[in-house]
Amino acid sequence: MVYLTRKAEFAASHYYHNPDLTPEENQRIFGKCNNPNGHGHNYTLEVTVKGEVDPRSGFVVDLKQLKEVLHREVLDAMDHRFLNKEVPEFSVQIPTTENLAIAIWQRLVSKLNKAQLHRVRVYETPDLFVDFYGEA
Amino acid sequence: MKAHLTRRYMFSASHRLHSDAMSKAENAATYGKCNNQYGHGHNYALEVTVSGPVDESTGMVCNLLDLDRFVQREILQRFDLENLNNRAEFIETIPTTENLCTAIYDILQRGFTHAHLDKVRIEETMMNSFEYAGE
Repeated sequence: MVYLTRKAEFAASHYYHNPDLTPEENQRIFGKCNNPNGHGHNYTLEVTVKGEVDPRSGFVVDLKQLKEVLHREVLDAMDHRFLNKEVPEFSVQIPTTENLAIAIWQRLVSKLNKAQLHRVRVYETPDLFVDFYGEA
Repeated sequence: MKAHLTRRYMFSASHRLHSDAMSKAENAATYGKCNNQYGHGHNYALEVTVSGPVDESTGMVCNLLDLDRFVQREILQRFDLENLNNRAEFIETIPTTENLCTAIYDILQRGFTHAHLDKVRIEETMMNSFEYAGE
């Protein structure tokens, strides 16, 4: 089994707000991230797939296909977007880094053939990242 | 859905690697330049990884404000700009980065209750890092 990681970057804005909570609770839980005008990050995404090395090609996965899926399913949808307003998952969920990692996993998992998705890692800043392994 | 969240912090501290149980020659052979009697320092990067189900109401594994507050109070204030050899945690152990990892893991494990502690990772320099997951 060999693991391969592909890295990509995207920039997006978001804010954290739960309409079921009072303005005071939202402020207490989310602090500055609750500003409804949003703020932005340069996100770094690392997608790790795993599989056996194909004896003919020497590849775990066709990198070109992985890159295409990554662009189509994630970057085209999220790069230079306001996540709360333009990405459907976040009309109901709060676009935290945790939920972003889960959403990206769900967008990728059914689209990859041959290689198996192992991990989605999303860096919100160099000091904060979330890993999702598809665990329930 | 279970996610793993990692937060990175910086602190600077000095230390000297020296064992009273070893001879001068053994200390020099074991610790090399790190045995210099006056000590030396590092800019440490600390990564704390916690995990748990993503709370549906907040979208979070745990509130970063709680984690930051705890690490600031219990770890950074304790070790930042200090001589590690003078700290209570290193009276009986040598302040290697291995032992620093376990000391910080124990502090988090005992006191941080907002999420499950997965792992502590410390970079002593850009060329070496250590991890402890409570094993």
